[in-house]
Amino acid sequence: MIFTWNNPAPDGSLPLEELLVAFDRGRPARVLVCPAWFDEANKLRRFTIEVMRRLDALGIDSLLPDLPGCNESLAPLENQTLAGWRASMVAAGEALRATHVLTIRAGALVAPAGLPGWHYAAQSGPKLLRGMIRARTISAREAGLAETSEGLMAAGREAGLVLGGWSIGAAMFRELETAEPSLAAGQSDLAQSAIGGPGLWLRAEPDEDAEQADRLAALIAENIGDSAP
Amino acid sequence: MTTLPNIDSEAGEAALDTELKALIADVLGLDPEQASAFGPESGLFGHLPELDSMAVAGLLTEMEDRLGIVIEDDDVDGEMLETYGGLLAFARAKLDPR
Repeated sequence: MIFTWNNPAPDGSLPLEELLVAFDRGRPARVLVCPAWFDEANKLRRFTIEVMRRLDALGIDSLLPDLPGCNESLAPLENQTLAGWRASMVAAGEALRATHVLTIRAGALVAPAGLPGWHYAAQSGPKLLRGMIRARTISAREAGLAETSEGLMAAGREAGLVLGGWSIGAAMFRELETAEPSLAAGQSDLAQSAIGGPGLWLRAEPDEDAEQADRLAALIAENIGDSAP
Repeated sequence: MTTLPNIDSEAGEAALDTELKALIADVLGLDPEQASAFGPESGLFGHLPELDSMAVAGLLTEMEDRLGIVIEDDDVDGEMLETYGGLLAFARAKLDPR
């Protein structure tokens, strides 16, 4: 279930080994999963793996690489950039011979354009930042500190920012301010309304929902079945 | 963006109440029936341990999306977040600023 893949370094130095969770039985359909980010990654981790278990049962391989700087990765999070994560997901897709891509929330921002697939409940960069900045201003206010969204945005652009415990570098911060998910050829949006029930990223604490996982996996399996030669 | 009827009416008020309760149910993982028991004095931020700043931020962002409002830094204060009644009054004022 746990494997590794080599993420090529942008400067041509030695690649860094990264971990992935995979249901890999060498079957024809292989779905690369680009996970949700930061706080939402925690809230949606179990849901994501539950969807992968169901895909496995439906005869579909799935591959969930760590984003460099996250989970067990040895790369420092504050050095990560949006462009770097995009390149990593392309590299992971190639190294793992993915045939499709499923993105979760902000994972849509790093979907390899060369793979057909689905953007589940895609989240934009500005909305992601807005939520995290707001959480920080609320907790600052509780602590009696005067921090404004505008001030934090300026600081983030300039020198990066720690939001919700996540170190976001200045380059990543600036990229996220304008990052919108875009559907490449063969990719389509899967809105939460197609899955039913409230999105689990809204939940104050991590949770799971078997019916939602069933529905998402079934939609993907149907879709792959329809497009099979 | 917003599907709420005119909130001057009683039906509009009830729709806003239902929408807001549904939202809190989504955040707290409650059944809609449980959330319908929220009253004006029901405690939120500072009363429910799972409702931390990250969860409150998510709640406010979702309120913006579902109600079609924009919530500024200065709007967010202890009073508006402390009780269900405070949050409802805030949403009502945002939707009908007269």
